[in-house]
Amino acid sequence: MTVLVWAEHNGISLKKSTRQTISAAQAWNEPVHVLVVGHQVSAVAQDAATLAGVAEVIQVDAPHLAHVLAEDLAACLVEIGKDYQVILANHAPYARNALARAAALLDVGMVSDVIHIEAPAIYTHPVFAGSILETVVNTDAIQILTVRGSAFSETAPAPVAHKITERNAPKPQGLSRWIREDVHASDRPELTSARVVVAGGRALGEQFNTLLQPLAGKLGAAIGASRSAVDAGLAANDIQVGQTGIVIAPDLYIAIGISGAIQHVAGIKDSKVIVAINNDPDAPIFQIADYGLVGDLFTLVPELVAGITGATSH
Amino acid sequence: MKILVALKRVPDYSVPARITPDGSDIEANKIAINPFDEIAVEAALRLSTPQRPAEIVVVSIGNLASQEVLRHALAMGADRAIRVETENSLEPLDVAKVLKAVAGWEQPDLWLLGKQAVGADAGQTGQMLAGLLGIGQATFVSALEWQGNELIARREVEGGTETLALKLPALVTTDLQLNTPRYIKLPNLIAAKRKPIETLTLAELGITPRQRIQRIKLENAPARTAGIKVSSVPELLEKLRTDAKVLS
Ligand SMILES: Cc1cc2nc3c(=O)[nH]c(=O)nc-3n(C[C@H](O)[C@H](O)[C@H](O)COP(=O)(O)OP(=O)(O)OC[C@H]3O[C@@H](n4cnc5c(N)ncnc54)[C@H](O)[C@@H]3O)c2cc1C
Ligand SMILES: Nc1ncnc2c1ncn2[C@@H]1O[C@H](COP(=O)(O)O)[C@@H](O)[C@H]1O
Repeated sequence: MTVLVWAEHNGISLKKSTRQTISAAQAWNEPVHVLVVGHQVSAVAQDAATLAGVAEVIQVDAPHLAHVLAEDLAACLVEIGKDYQVILANHAPYARNALARAAALLDVGMVSDVIHIEAPAIYTHPVFAGSILETVVNTDAIQILTVRGSAFSETAPAPVAHKITERNAPKPQGLSRWIREDVHASDRPELTSARVVVAGGRALGEQFNTLLQPLAGKLGAAIGASRSAVDAGLAANDIQVGQTGIVIAPDLYIAIGISGAIQHVAGIKDSKVIVAINNDPDAPIFQIADYGLVGDLFTLVPELVAGITGATSH
Repeated sequence: MKILVALKRVPDYSVPARITPDGSDIEANKIAINPFDEIAVEAALRLSTPQRPAEIVVVSIGNLASQEVLRHALAMGADRAIRVETENSLEPLDVAKVLKAVAGWEQPDLWLLGKQAVGADAGQTGQMLAGLLGIGQATFVSALEWQGNELIARREVEGGTETLALKLPALVTTDLQLNTPRYIKLPNLIAAKRKPIETLTLAELGITPRQRIQRIKLENAPARTAGIKVSSVPELLEKLRTDAKVLS
């Protein structure tokens, strides 16, 4: 019995969420293989081969996998994964896109967004915007799941490098064509792995960036937004935090002018410390915040920026 | 051109769900069309243009009450509806198998589904259906337009977007940003009552659902409790430094 982790990477190294997924994969107490798919990804394979808890790395390298399409990734997962008993990946757009397709092709079910693996095939995952936790048993022969990376610790580097095996890619499916990507260049840390996140709501209006950037800069924080802020065009869609956006669990989350709707809270409630700044003392966000500050954000945020002297502690 | 849109009836997201007293089920006020599916209907309507008129067929798998979401879509402008009768809620793989069987009947050029059905939040059905049909897919789509014979789809990914071209037949799942569904005017609501809703059974489609994933337990997620209110920025910073120890 072997476990296969599909690795998400940036062409050079594994994403933090994949290192967390590798930890989750240890629940089976079986050898864990890491599948690296892409083009010219030997550095990524090397990176995966030097992590604890990895028995072997499978590298599938082909030009058509440079910007991997769901159809091609699913074909790899089916071709290689059919010999495994468990296939898992982090619950993020690319894995969600391809794993479910692969599951159907393998005629097995899938469990999404697992936060706890109680025993092999027994999983807990949030439903209803995170308000309820459901534990299920999957009776299928091949277990397919996505895990919430932030619910698992990161695997450590290994003292010795593991074996890397190259496998051929299935031929291109040719059903869709990659045109381009538009990645928002940012010198801020990644939202999903940042230790500190400051987020703004609709209330910030045109000053969304001018208010939040200095604060994020001082705190070394990533910037997030409520859906209303995204809908109002104040922030890019990919920084929306919440049930239908990104789920985060930083050490410190600062919600500024965010009311605290259940769909927003679903994305932040695993944060270690939550701070809320809002001029409405009855805003629901105060029911979940560790520290609440009632007042006008337009005066409080600059005050906060001025008051932060040192860096955040580590 | 024919576009099929799959609709699910889901709990109203504005009413909190509760675990039943015996702990076996979730009590939720199931009334609404899944918001992502309403966006899918709107997307279908916008993809149908005078140059490229499309017949829009909406499909829902569920009990009689699912007719309400089909009527809603018909009132928005869909042409006809199909309801596949079942009292049970099917797992995504079985939903995909039923929709595949419907595709065998209807031969659509394009499928539109929601990126996820709120409640269970699985987000699997579209990808599974595309896989079973062997067609191309674009999930979490926030912009969609025709360009020649291809459909250009912008997908939401971590840190930005990705743009794909799809050959038909294809399948798209919708993100919230794709559009804002139209308001339904009363005359359309009345007119929708005259549009046909065909009912099929799982047996007619040759599908025997199988429960692969069984619920063992439900519990309330650990709730965060309210902390304290601080009265000033200096007090906040002091707390963050000395009590929470997240600032140095
Ligand atoms: C299916 C579905 C999915 C959703 N998914 C998400 C999601 O993933 N993420 C998400 O965030 N939302 C999501 N939403 C939307 C969510 O329900 C709320 O509408 C949204 O979170 C509200 O954003 P907001 O707090 O910025 O705006 P509002 O609710 O309008 O709150 C603004 C807040 O700012 C405060 N304020 C105003 N002026 C000031 C000032 N000068 N100083 C200080 N405070 C001020 C107000 O008191 C208020 O509390 C979803 C909704 C649906 C239906
Ligand atoms: N019972 C159903 N009937 C029709 N469509 C469904 C049903 N269940 C799921 N879908 C479609 O599949 C999408 C994703 O659902 P899910 O995979 O359950 O999150 C939904 O947005 C619908 O478009």
